[in-house]
Amino acid sequence: MKLADAMMLLKGIARAVRNFSRERPLTPTLSPEGRGSKSAIFFVITIALAIAVNTAFAQAIDPLPFRDHAEELRFQHLTGELRCLVCQDENLADSNANFARDLRHKVFELMQQGKSDAQIKQYLVERYSDFVLYDPPVNHRTWLLWFGPLLILIAGGVVVVNTIRKRSHAGTPAAPTDNGDDW
Amino acid sequence: MSRLLPFFAFVLLAALLGFGIWWNSAHDPTAVPSPLINKPAPAYALPKLDEPAQTVSKASMLGKIYLVNVFASWCIACGEEHPVLMLESKNLGVPLIGYNYKDDSSDAKAWLAQHGNPYDMVIADTSGHTAIDFGVYGAPETFLIDAQGVIRYKHIGPLTPEVIAQQVKPAIEALQHPTPSPPRGEGRGEGAASP
Amino acid sequence: MTPELGQLALILALFLAIAQSVLPLIGAWRGNRALMAIARPAATGQAVFVALAFAILVWAFLHFDFSVLYVATNSNLQLPWYYRVAAVWGAHEGSMLLWVLILNVWTLALVLLSRRLPEAFLARVLAVLGIISTGFLCFILFTSNPFARLLPMPADGGDLNPVLQDPGMTFHPPVLYMGYVGFSVAFAFSIAALLGGSMEQAWVRWARPWTNAAWGFLSCGIVAGSWWAYAELGWGGWWFWDPVENASFMPWLVGVALIHAQAVTEKRGSLRAWTILLSLFAFSLSLLGTFLVRSGILTSVHAFASDPRRGTYILCFLAFVVGGSLLLYALRAPKVAGGKAFALISRESAILVGNLMFTVAAAMVLLGTLFPLLGDALNLGKISVGPPYFGLLFPLLMLPVVLLLPFGPYLRWGKSDLPGLKQVLVRVAVAAAACALIAAFFVQGQLKAIAGVASAVWVGVGVTLYVIKRWREMSAGRRYPAEMTGMLLAHVGVAVFLIGVMLSESLSVTRDVRLAPGQVAAIGGYEFRFDGVTQATGPNWTAEQGVVTVTRNGSPVAVMHPQKRTYAREQVQTTSAIDPGITRDIYVALGEPMDPNHVEGAWALRLYTKPFIRWIWGGGLLMMLGGFVSAADRRFRLKREVEAAQPSTVTLKESQA
Repeated sequence: MKLADAMMLLKGIARAVRNFSRERPLTPTLSPEGRGSKSAIFFVITIALAIAVNTAFAQAIDPLPFRDHAEELRFQHLTGELRCLVCQDENLADSNANFARDLRHKVFELMQQGKSDAQIKQYLVERYSDFVLYDPPVNHRTWLLWFGPLLILIAGGVVVVNTIRKRSHAGTPAAPTDNGDDW
Repeated sequence: MSRLLPFFAFVLLAALLGFGIWWNSAHDPTAVPSPLINKPAPAYALPKLDEPAQTVSKASMLGKIYLVNVFASWCIACGEEHPVLMLESKNLGVPLIGYNYKDDSSDAKAWLAQHGNPYDMVIADTSGHTAIDFGVYGAPETFLIDAQGVIRYKHIGPLTPEVIAQQVKPAIEALQHPTPSPPRGEGRGEGAASP
Repeated sequence: MTPELGQLALILALFLAIAQSVLPLIGAWRGNRALMAIARPAATGQAVFVALAFAILVWAFLHFDFSVLYVATNSNLQLPWYYRVAAVWGAHEGSMLLWVLILNVWTLALVLLSRRLPEAFLARVLAVLGIISTGFLCFILFTSNPFARLLPMPADGGDLNPVLQDPGMTFHPPVLYMGYVGFSVAFAFSIAALLGGSMEQAWVRWARPWTNAAWGFLSCGIVAGSWWAYAELGWGGWWFWDPVENASFMPWLVGVALIHAQAVTEKRGSLRAWTILLSLFAFSLSLLGTFLVRSGILTSVHAFASDPRRGTYILCFLAFVVGGSLLLYALRAPKVAGGKAFALISRESAILVGNLMFTVAAAMVLLGTLFPLLGDALNLGKISVGPPYFGLLFPLLMLPVVLLLPFGPYLRWGKSDLPGLKQVLVRVAVAAAACALIAAFFVQGQLKAIAGVASAVWVGVGVTLYVIKRWREMSAGRRYPAEMTGMLLAHVGVAVFLIGVMLSESLSVTRDVRLAPGQVAAIGGYEFRFDGVTQATGPNWTAEQGVVTVTRNGSPVAVMHPQKRTYAREQVQTTSAIDPGITRDIYVALGEPMDPNHVEGAWALRLYTKPFIRWIWGGGLLMMLGGFVSAADRRFRLKREVEAAQPSTVTLKESQA
């Protein structure tokens, strides 16, 4: 553990945590990686700094002029299903990131223009790919995700049915209580 | 026999996890590939940084192949990328447009004055709204737009000499000298002769 | 000097762990009593040295020893002592040491409380635990040493992430690890049974209290984590289906299936292979969780700093332990179905169906958590899987379980008759429907809330009816054995949890408002008056503290103080104000001032009312209690010497014939 590595580590940490979102402080890896990962780390720290420096405190709390409560509910629901791309697994509604605030305002703007939920999601997917949706689309690429559990359930169900069938034909079941239990 | 099922399922799982470790070390896990590749760039109209009265729009740039480099004075990685741009911008063969993202104009101008200006032109997107149309989510990012206004390539993160040589330049080459019949390999081979 | 002692202690612990792993296994294989007898002292010695190493690390934190890199990275001079202790497990290296410490806690408990287990069996169990310990100690010593030095020593350290500076942090990881790691005991018991080849169902009885206790701890740990996220992370959410949360939930789901399957195998001798497989799955998922959190392959706010080298190491260890155990299962698990038969309508069938749902649920969570990675592997594009997916499929899978739950105690082993069950069905259905109708009036037709009330009453009334039945039928002292009481408590916990989830999710109101001092906003029947912002200070932070007065129909309810804290390293943390209540929580978070230069002006605030949200954790705690109470049943404590072969037992040799 060289001094230079350690000081860079501390500096990197100090830089990375100078932000106001819930992103975890990044610790650059200590193993001698190539340029690629270092740059990637800088890139992400940059995003972190963007949040810090750009406006005073970008926050998820963001009162917007909704027409009525129903619209507010719709906005909360929609932003709850959209992902903040620069965060580590947060949705737009909860994220403090500057970029999340931009996207929230965009969603609001599109809502004011009368776009439906599907159209708003479509707009974002066109620009940011399916990654921005926490509700994965149901298509040929995600069929395993959406139908996998059903397949497993069916397979397991077959096993359970077979087991019960085998066991119930195995002979007369013994007296219901056993082992000193009375229940 | 069916008793081996859990074991085989686990082997598949371990393979997936092993792939995950490899993939993570070879790729930037935060990079989101752009769905706008080979799609028309958004219709933008942004003021120039040093002459705000003048506007640069997609229409005004049609007919030219050009690179757009998203940067900002608050962006650390941009600072890392900057020397590379200073070095390579002349050799790219196409105009390099700086896209100042969510920045204060005076900060941006001071930054460029301090670090040098590799750009042929700098446009300013102070609010970041147009950037959303480009699918930008951070800086630096670099787009290659062809003469018809279609986005042909995007790089997320700082540009390095390797990326420029191995990806950006060949992409520019392919646009400048579209070769319909011969396989890609030949064209790239010639283009990549110089480091 | 002392940190090196810590390292030395770990090295010694490693040697003892290796001894504990290898020698008793050979001894059990060869029938060599001397070698088998090494297990206990080796395990005890290992525990002592690991505890010593842990104590040294705690000491380093308490005494600001910034010459230790880990201490310097995770604490500073202003950090209060209680968070310095929590910082011991605040990052990767220390949390791995905590993992090993807790493994030794369970091992030591086994050593002390299992004196009457057959020698060879216990030797194998301790050996398996030793192997796991060896793996983790090697991992710590070679890749994640918490005692690495930082020289020259800095004057002050970094900081513990402010999110972690909360009582929840002090509590959540140790309790969670007690659960996670506790499944290693059931795992070790199963491996020992597979290795030993004698499949007396008695070994399942020995395993049950350990498994129930581990599951209880895990339930508590998950509840603690959820509560902490709610109180500390600021946005009123209590579960996000984040990969790291899922990593703790999967073992829990399999754990539920396991404790029920163990009951079947213990009492009826059936489903032996399935019970073994489940215990292997439960601990495998614990290990998988440990891997996922530290390998960096999943994006999560919880994830520790990643390093491919560490990830590779854990994966290899995982492959060895899990792959090895599953291979052993394939080779040695009972091939022929043993134990007593059971009919379609029986407790066994119901438990089997329940097991199916919980296992599929765990598989679904695993699929959803790993799907983004699968998407990268199979070039399906970058896909996110989040609450909309899990939140849809999980309740669907749990619905059959909730429907079956009231009938559990009423069903008899082997064969149950329908008339008795029909009576129960009618009663719970009527109760559920009646309460649903009443609820419909109060919740303005919100379907989710009505469904929540209906399902909770369905389960709760079922439990109540059974409690009454036992009271009537049995004499005092024999009415409620601990095992049954635990079961009833846990099932009531399910009902309480259902109320909490369904009502809070459907009836919560959230609003972002902009209020100048003196202005009032109203949500959920409460009025919130913003009374401006003052300054506040703490041990290592300064804050802007808002004052919000809450009234209901004019009568005061609470005065709340949400804060925006600035910590030592300029990290800013929103500390929300919560007014807790049995029927509702009121929650206020401070945003930013409308004009940064005029903090005495208007501020943005987020206001929430959350009905019945505490019932979520209340339900979880009842489940935990149920697990512990069950584990304490006297029936599980070995009063007499265990006999080697009974007429009722089925040995592996017989079943393979």
